[in-house]
Formats: sequence, structure tokens, C-alpha cells
Amino acid sequence: MSEPTKQTTKQPPLNPLSLKERMKLPRQHMLEQPPLVRATNFTEVNLGYSEQLARQEALRCLECAKPVCVVDCPVGVKVKEFVQLIVAGDYLAAAAKIREDNVLPAITGRVCPQEDHCEGGCLMGKKVQPLGIGYLERFVADYEQRHLDTGNLPKATPTGKKVAIVGSGPSGLTAAGDLIQKGHQVHVFEALHEIGGVLVYGIPEFRLPKQIIRQQVDYMRAMGVVFETDVVVGRTVTIDELMEGEGYDAVFIGTGAGLPQFMGIPGEHLNGVYSANEFLTRINLMHAYEFPKYDEPMVDFRGKNVAVIGGGNTALDAIRSALRLGAGKAFILYRRSEAEMPARIEEVKHAQQEGIEFQVLAAPIEFLDDGKGWLAGARCQKMALGEPDASGRRRPIPIEGSEYEIPLAVAVIAIGTSANPIVQSTTPGLETNKRNYINADPLTQRTSRKGVFAGGDIVTGSATVILAMGAGRRAAKSIHEFLTTPGPW
Amino acid sequence: MFKILLAEFLAPGIKRFEIEAPRIARKQKPGQFVILRLYEQGERIPVTIEHSDPERGTIRIVVQSIGKTTNLLNSLNAGDSILDVVGPLGKPSHIENFGTVVVMGGGVGTAMAYPTAVAFKQAGNRVISIVGARNKELVILEKELRAVSDSLMLTTDDGSYADKGFVTDKLRQLIENGVRIDLVLAIGPIPMMRAVAEMTRKERIHTVVSLNPIMIDGTGMCGGCRVLIDGKSEFACVDGPEFDAHKVDFAVLVQRNSMYRAAEQKSMEAFQRDTASQIEAVRAENKGACSAQGDRR
Repeated sequence: MSEPTKQTTKQPPLNPLSLKERMKLPRQHMLEQPPLVRATNFTEVNLGYSEQLARQEALRCLECAKPVCVVDCPVGVKVKEFVQLIVAGDYLAAAAKIREDNVLPAITGRVCPQEDHCEGGCLMGKKVQPLGIGYLERFVADYEQRHLDTGNLPKATPTGKKVAIVGSGPSGLTAAGDLIQKGHQVHVFEALHEIGGVLVYGIPEFRLPKQIIRQQVDYMRAMGVVFETDVVVGRTVTIDELMEGEGYDAVFIGTGAGLPQFMGIPGEHLNGVYSANEFLTRINLMHAYEFPKYDEPMVDFRGKNVAVIGGGNTALDAIRSALRLGAGKAFILYRRSEAEMPARIEEVKHAQQEGIEFQVLAAPIEFLDDGKGWLAGARCQKMALGEPDASGRRRPIPIEGSEYEIPLAVAVIAIGTSANPIVQSTTPGLETNKRNYINADPLTQRTSRKGVFAGGDIVTGSATVILAMGAGRRAAKSIHEFLTTPGPW
Repeated sequence: MFKILLAEFLAPGIKRFEIEAPRIARKQKPGQFVILRLYEQGERIPVTIEHSDPERGTIRIVVQSIGKTTNLLNSLNAGDSILDVVGPLGKPSHIENFGTVVVMGGGVGTAMAYPTAVAFKQAGNRVISIVGARNKELVILEKELRAVSDSLMLTTDDGSYADKGFVTDKLRQLIENGVRIDLVLAIGPIPMMRAVAEMTRKERIHTVVSLNPIMIDGTGMCGGCRVLIDGKSEFACVDGPEFDAHKVDFAVLVQRNSMYRAAEQKSMEAFQRDTASQIEAVRAENKGACSAQGDRR
């Protein structure tokens, strides 16, 4: 049974259900827009839990003595405690509990691959469906946004130290949120005109509304974080200039892995062939789906075939965006099988419901020209699976003589990104690895340059929002130690 | 928010703005550019930096009215603001004492070539400038460029000013006269840069062009500005904008720049139907945003 827990706000009623009863409760579904309706709009797919649904779901928690969900969370959210606060009906306290470890709960509640972390570790999941931890997190975060007065947030005693955060994506925002709570001055530099990095240019409105990101960023502003847009660190100002000229005591680099990879096959320069980054940036950051209200255009592919090459979350975001922009047929081309797809389970399910077709074990080998410089189609090759490769997934092997052609108006390449070189190439003494990612200690996130820390995709290569946040969190802890406890680098 | 301090037409449809942008002014080097976004619903476009003044914290940009965004921008005046200006972007021009350098500017490209010409001169080069425009009215920066050039030649397509013809005619003259040319920098319309490249390829004169593909972020993140250089994709925003002219696939550049023509025309027509109110809307929106945002510089 549940062990007694310490509560700071008010005493929650103990969960009245026995463990057996809890196991019998079905996982509460989150309401969502019907597939055929949402496939034509950019409004969020998931509609959230009501208080009643949230409580019903929270009651399922087994309140394990040693909760695996917490261990499996890259930022260590105290799942059991916040879920108990939901049972108690104190949603603001639940939100505050999450915030002790995660400054972006409304975002992680929406985009985290919970199956790989908290929910993957949930004990219930061994027998029935795991606790809906992501849904519950999202519920309390949204509740907090509706009800919390951010005018009165407690401020930590100023330390007089200044930290510059380069990049306002998940790792940078997390580091900023943690550091401001320690009393340091925090200044976030962003190259684009909006705060959020990949959260605003990469993840579509129907999965993570911009309004949610703005609210989370506003919360951080209320905590005292200063944001400056339109600054490309390395070009507009260098790391050295920040530290020497502008007096920053430490710098965190969280610039992400923003350099799209192409396939190197013939025809990639044709009109209608996009990187996923460009396709999504046009749609998300630049609002091309609202053209002509917004000025940024998009190729008109209404009624025509669109294919996205790749099997990750980015690929699914791109193809589901294409569907919403009116693609006649929207499909994924993935060279391995569905079992190897790195995308979140929920996204795959949602995409299938919406009518996205999955052509697996196939890859394009050439993009075909219509004779006027526009994409007409792709020549593809079928694949078979061989032995597992370095990623642990079975390696795709081309099948000789299996080539076939498909007509296409637009092809989007979502096969991953590599390291953006701007900061590395303008920061002398900053060590990088062979692939030009920044070398940083996996625990302290320290780089080869004193006072300079790095984390997220620019260190690890493309990963997930929550893993980047984990790195931001470790960096913040390590920066705080560096600023308060002198010692060798 | 970036305040416009001065605005003046250099020629019909070509306007120069002085903008308060201290960070960019401190860092700008010849060959680099900025990307700007005029207002909240606006697109991001790359724009030429003609000059910067680190002490005053200002940059000067030169813009030709072509589509909706450039027409809107060229309707703004001193006292108005631009929502976002980011830069300086791209690799700076490679400057050293090459010997004799021919700097060629076609139309508004002259503004992009000018700061590099200044740097070439300061590095000790003999600078021969060739400036071309469609007609007399469209010749820009003649006086400025003359001041940093050992000699300056001018052409107009219609002969309304200086010699009738193209900048390539003047380049051919130099070559035929046996002038030793160590480097050509050509910046202007794509057909002009292509023609220069073809001419100098035969003569084996190292030639650099500055490319102007469609861009969004300008940091290498989107890959929209990819150009075919020696058969390989490179990004103009981070690998360029200057490239070896003899390796550039100009046909692909023309083709990719035409990608959004239909949408661009639609935007332009809508803008022309209702020009005045759209300009006013941008002014009002930026005034409002100016006071609303605390942390944006």
C-alpha cells in the first residue's frame, strides 16, 4: 500500500483504492480531435484531460516504494509525488513539484517519448497499460498556466554571477530555468526571431502549440531570465566577446544539431525537394500554412503526392503537416521496418489514423526531373533487413533489381542532422570530435574551454527534447558549482 | 526592434537605410549580409550591408523593390522600425593583396561589391571597378566606388549614361588590352555573373561571385539556400555567399530562385491592391511591438 509521504501544502487524502483495484482501472484515454477532422487543420490533436479524467488516471498509480519512473526520467521528475498531489486535488502544488526538476512541463507532457522513459519504467506496464504520466504532466502544466499568477514568483538571492546561454531550445531553456533559481543572472541568446529553438521551428502546432511555448517562456521571464533574439553567437558576437567584453562568468552552448543532412543522390537540388528542417521551418516558424496572411510561401502540392524520407519524429511531423496542407497522398518512405522506426508510438498511431501511408523497407535512389527543374517523382529501391548495425537496429540491405518509380510533387528528407559549425569555428580552443560535435563531459557538461559548458544535440547528435533537457539540467548544476566553488577546470 | 535612422533613394526603386544595430555594426566584414523580417507576418529575406559604423552602432543596407517585402520595406522611412535584423551572416570576403582586382557591380549588386572593393584597396590591391546598370537613373554608388578605385568604368544597357553595353564588354576590353588581372569579383544579376564566369574561365582568371538564393534562417539550419558548387550541395548562408564562379551551377540557382514565383506574384498583387493600408499596418504593428517587448534589442 501507499507509504506516507511528506506534504508541504496540505495533507492529501490517501488513495482509497487497493493495489488490485488500481490495476483494474483502465488507462484513461485523452480526448483528441477525430482523425479526419484534424487531418485538415493545425489545431492540437490531443485535447487534454478534464480534472475528473486526471484524477481517475492518477488513482491508478501504485505509489511504488522505489519508483522506476523517476529513475528513468532524464531530469528526474518526482512522478509519484506529483501524482499524489493530483489525487489530493492540489494541482498547483503538483505543478510546483514537477517544476523542481523540469521547467518545461507543458512541453514535455506533449512531446516526450514517455514509453522510453517514465512510462517505460512503470511497474503497471508489465501487466496492463502503464500510468499515463505524460498525460498527467500535461494536465497539471496546463492547469498551472490557466491558474498561476506569475507576478509573484519567489526570487533567489542574487549571486552577482552572469551566465550566457547560447540557443533557446530545450537544453538552453532548462539550463536557464535552473540557473535563475540559483540566483544567477541568466541571458539567453537566440539566432531566430522566436524563442524555443527546435520547439518552434521543428515541432508543428498540432503537436505543440506555439502558445504553450510562449507561456512557458513567459514564466521564465517572470522568473527573471532575459532573452535576446536575432543573435547568432559566433557571428553577431563570439563566446570570447561574451566572456571578456560582456562579463559573462560562464557560457552554456546548446545550439542543437541544426545542419540538415541530404542523401547525396541525384536530383536533390530539384524544386520540390526539401530538407525536413526547411519544410517544417516554413510551416512552423514562418506560418506558411497561413499564407497569404503570412508572407512566407510554400510550394502548392494540394491533391498531389508528398513523400517524407525517414522514420523519426521529424519525419512524422513533416508528413502530417503535408497532409494538413492538402497533399493528395502522403506517405513515409523508410528504409527499415516499422519496428525500427525511432518515432514516438503515439505519433505513429496518430499518423496511421489520419491516413498516412507507410512504405517501409524502401528508399529513394534518385529524384526525377520533370524537364523544367521540378520534382516529378522518385526512383526507389526495396530493402531487406540484415544483421543489427552500430545503432542496434537491423541494417537495411538493398535488394538488387527491385527498383520502382513513384510520382511525387514534393519530397522531404528527414534522415537526420549534423553539427552546426558556427560556434565551433569561431571559438578557439573548443574541442570537437570527428563529426564536429562539441566534446563535453557527460556528467559535468564541461568543455575544453574554462567556463564553457555544452549540452544537447550539439554534443550528442540528434536526440530528443527530454534528453537535451537532461543535459541542460546537468550543465546548470555543474555551472552553479563552477561559479560558487573555485577549483581546477 | 531595429530603428531606421535614415532612408534615402539611391535610384528609382533602390533605397538605402541606416539602421541602429550596434552588435552587427561591431562585427560586420565585407562580403557579409543580414537577414531581416519586417513585421510579425513577414518573411525573412537576405539583404546587402553596404557599410557599417561600429562607433555609431549603425549599419547601412541597400534594398531594391522587387516583391512585396522589398516594396513594403522601401516604403518605410526614418523613424520607422524593422522587427528583426540578424547578422552579420555568411563568410567574409577573402581579402589579401592579390595584385590587380577587377570589381564588377551589376545594378543593386554594386552595393554588395562596394565594401569588398574598399577592403581590396586597403589591402594594397590595384582596384579596377566596372559598374553597370540598365539606365542612367539606376547607376548607384558611382562616387563612392570611384573614390576607392584606381579606375572606374561604367556601362548602361541603353546608353543613357557612359558607354552603352554590358559590364562584360569592359572586362573583355581589359583582357584584350593585356591587363594582368589577378582576381575578378562579380556581384549582380545571375545572367551577368554567369557571363563574367564564362569569360574569365577561358582566360583562367580566378573569379568570385556572391550568390543570392532564397534563404530563411541564414545559419545553415534549413538548407533552403543550397547551391550546386562543383556538383556538390553547399549552403550559401554558411559556406558562402561568395563562391568560385567557375564552379557554380547557375542554371540550378535560377531554377531554385523561381520556386515560389506563383506565390510571390500573388503576394505582390494583393499588396498592390491595397498598398497604403498595408504600409500603415506595418508601421502601427512595429510601434506597438516596440513598446511591448522588454527584452528584445
